[in-house]
Amino acid sequence: MSKTNDINWAAIDADPRFQALHRKKTLFLWGLMIFSTIYYFLLPIGAAYFQDLFKVKVWGVVNVGILFALSEFVVAWGIAVWYSIKANGQFDAMAQAIINDQK
Amino acid sequence: MHNLMKKFALLSFLLSSSSVFAAGGAVADEFKWMTFAVFGCIIAITMAITFWAARSTHSTSEFYAAGRSVSGIQNGWAIAGDYLSAASFLGIAGLISLYGYDGFMYSVGWLVAYITVLLVIAEPCRNIGKYTMGDILAFRNDPKKTKVVAALSTITVSTFYLTAQMVGGGVLIKTLIGIDYEISVIGVGILMLTYVVFGGMKATTWVQITKAVLLVMASLLLVAMVWAPYGFSLPDYLQAVVGDADVQKQVAKLLGDKSANMTPAELGQRFLEPGLFLKNPVDQISLGMALVLGTAGMPHILMRFFTVPTAQAARVSVIWAMGIIGGFYVLTLFLGTGAAMLVGAAKISSIDAGGNMAGPLLAQFLGGGENSMMGNFFLAFVAAVAFATIVAVVAGLVLASASAMAHDIYVGVIRGDKATPKEQVVAARVSSVIVGIIAIVVGIMAKGQNVAHLVALAFAVAASSNLPAVFLTLYWKKCNTTGIIGGMLVGSLTAIGLVMISPNMTYPLAVTKAANKVLEGEPATVAKEAVPEKISSGFMCELFAMDGCQKAEPAKAAEAAKPAKPGTREKLLVLKAKLETVADATEKATLTAEMAKVQTANDKAEADLKKVEGQTTSIMGLEKPFFLLKNPGLISIPLGFLMVILGSLFTRDKRAEDMWDELYVRQNTGINAEQASVH
Repeated sequence: MSKTNDINWAAIDADPRFQALHRKKTLFLWGLMIFSTIYYFLLPIGAAYFQDLFKVKVWGVVNVGILFALSEFVVAWGIAVWYSIKANGQFDAMAQAIINDQK
Repeated sequence: MHNLMKKFALLSFLLSSSSVFAAGGAVADEFKWMTFAVFGCIIAITMAITFWAARSTHSTSEFYAAGRSVSGIQNGWAIAGDYLSAASFLGIAGLISLYGYDGFMYSVGWLVAYITVLLVIAEPCRNIGKYTMGDILAFRNDPKKTKVVAALSTITVSTFYLTAQMVGGGVLIKTLIGIDYEISVIGVGILMLTYVVFGGMKATTWVQITKAVLLVMASLLLVAMVWAPYGFSLPDYLQAVVGDADVQKQVAKLLGDKSANMTPAELGQRFLEPGLFLKNPVDQISLGMALVLGTAGMPHILMRFFTVPTAQAARVSVIWAMGIIGGFYVLTLFLGTGAAMLVGAAKISSIDAGGNMAGPLLAQFLGGGENSMMGNFFLAFVAAVAFATIVAVVAGLVLASASAMAHDIYVGVIRGDKATPKEQVVAARVSSVIVGIIAIVVGIMAKGQNVAHLVALAFAVAASSNLPAVFLTLYWKKCNTTGIIGGMLVGSLTAIGLVMISPNMTYPLAVTKAANKVLEGEPATVAKEAVPEKISSGFMCELFAMDGCQKAEPAKAAEAAKPAKPGTREKLLVLKAKLETVADATEKATLTAEMAKVQTANDKAEADLKKVEGQTTSIMGLEKPFFLLKNPGLISIPLGFLMVILGSLFTRDKRAEDMWDELYVRQNTGINAEQASVH
């Protein structure tokens, strides 16, 4: 594990490929994070201030509120799947190219 | 050999403790043997796991991180097992059974929290960390200072959570099967210590997996039984829920006078609409923030990511955990509404006011009811899952605090990272025993105490102290030691301080008033005129009870005059007199049953009065809460972040700057990450 000293971290950091990975990841992660946070907080806000909308029945007795709460689960799972597809397909490959050069 | 004997002694102790149970609990005495048989099976399985795990738990990496050999899928199940505490699995089903929609809404935040874990925490932590949160922070900040603060924070968060679990578990086991509180706490403590001390992370992981599998299986079975009669159609099922007389009665009870003009159909539909339980949106947003950011700062959750071999496996594990945890919360919608419809809120809250018994009682009903063999077998099974839950969660927490104590404080700070591998393992085991004993003692001391605030507090401290520190260390170049220490101290102290003056604490005046209302009844009131809506005099007034503040209040409709309501003391006298005059046997039985009910309410109120006798203020010397939210996150989380940022901007730390390139490259690529140990 004495490898640590042999690696020039600053050089990797400056590597355009690493910079590209950094940019892609930052943009993607922040985008998802902000979207999921807003979507989550819409639930308590809707339940408190838009009760009339939440009470509208759309499917038998099933109302907008229930569908919206269920959609929170679907959105969370969707984000998880989307992230993992993106990370498995793109980020991992980009990181691997940088790792390979260190060997 | 010695170990083995110890385990046997323990096992027989726990099984024979059936002779110690006091009468009472949800399980009838004649069926208790079944509960103990199921408990015995589960204990035997976990002991076998521990025995197997102990054979490959020798090094520090094996003790703290299961040799980093846990697969992504296994870790996903273990995270679910670690996270779904009794409070969330019994509590949320209970809330739904009593309050409908609001209970379901409450469950959402617990899943959304994992988006933060997945996107910003899991993989970087796996790439940078070794065994503890302190390792991550010490990577670029001053190792000794940050390790001390990180360990203190870890131990604080874990102890709050641990105490809540121990007290909740003790009460739960007493309610279910009537075992004495102290014996349950000691039993849970000893079992959990056996797993941790002998089997380390490997045993803990597999106990958590076992529990998660049992929990999911039990829930799926119950939901299938509840939902199948409606052909698995959501509208048909919910139609039956809103059409149920018990559900309508519960809504009418919750709404009080407001329900006077509502038709039964409207009352039932109201169960699926928000606002029966969660009344303060600001408080919910505050709780939401603590959940969404706090979960990612929970030491026992962070620690789980050190057990997998790679960052990719960490990613897989969060995805599995989200599937299991989310799926489980969707099932609780059916468990909760099913219990509301089939068991009825009145019965659920008569055994436990918080609704914790909704799931177990639903199981009993679906098996065939109170007096049937199958019904009690179902109940026994759910009780055993609850027990396994407490043990699994507590084991994870003890391991997290023990690692902070042994790895951060003892090895990192006291021994300056110069301890031999053997010494490290001994330190880890000794710390586990110390933490375990503290947990048992605190659990027993906290008997009958109000611990509801401790879970909120644990999440708030994790979100205000741990998360800003870990997040900014990983993602912000300028972050440094001063910022981390300042942010963690200010974040955690603010969260703790605010909870101490919040409505979570016990306020003797309010307790006395409520108890007297039960005992003495309410005097007759005259008709009241409608009160128009009151407008809040500012956002700060929604947070703090300051002089000259007006909280926002909705308009109140006019109220008719109400006759006086008798208290339990008076009711008891009336019932007693009646009983003496009645000759008919069935009528006598009804009266006796009613008397028992009134007596229970009476005793509870008397006990409450006695507890606060002679006191007028809370521990903090307040007559009523000064901070008006139950959850401090709204204030303490931004403050925690702000302090890390300010502290970092106003000081310079050469090491933190120098290490940035290495940290950032490593967290993104996994170069030089800790490897899995080879067997």
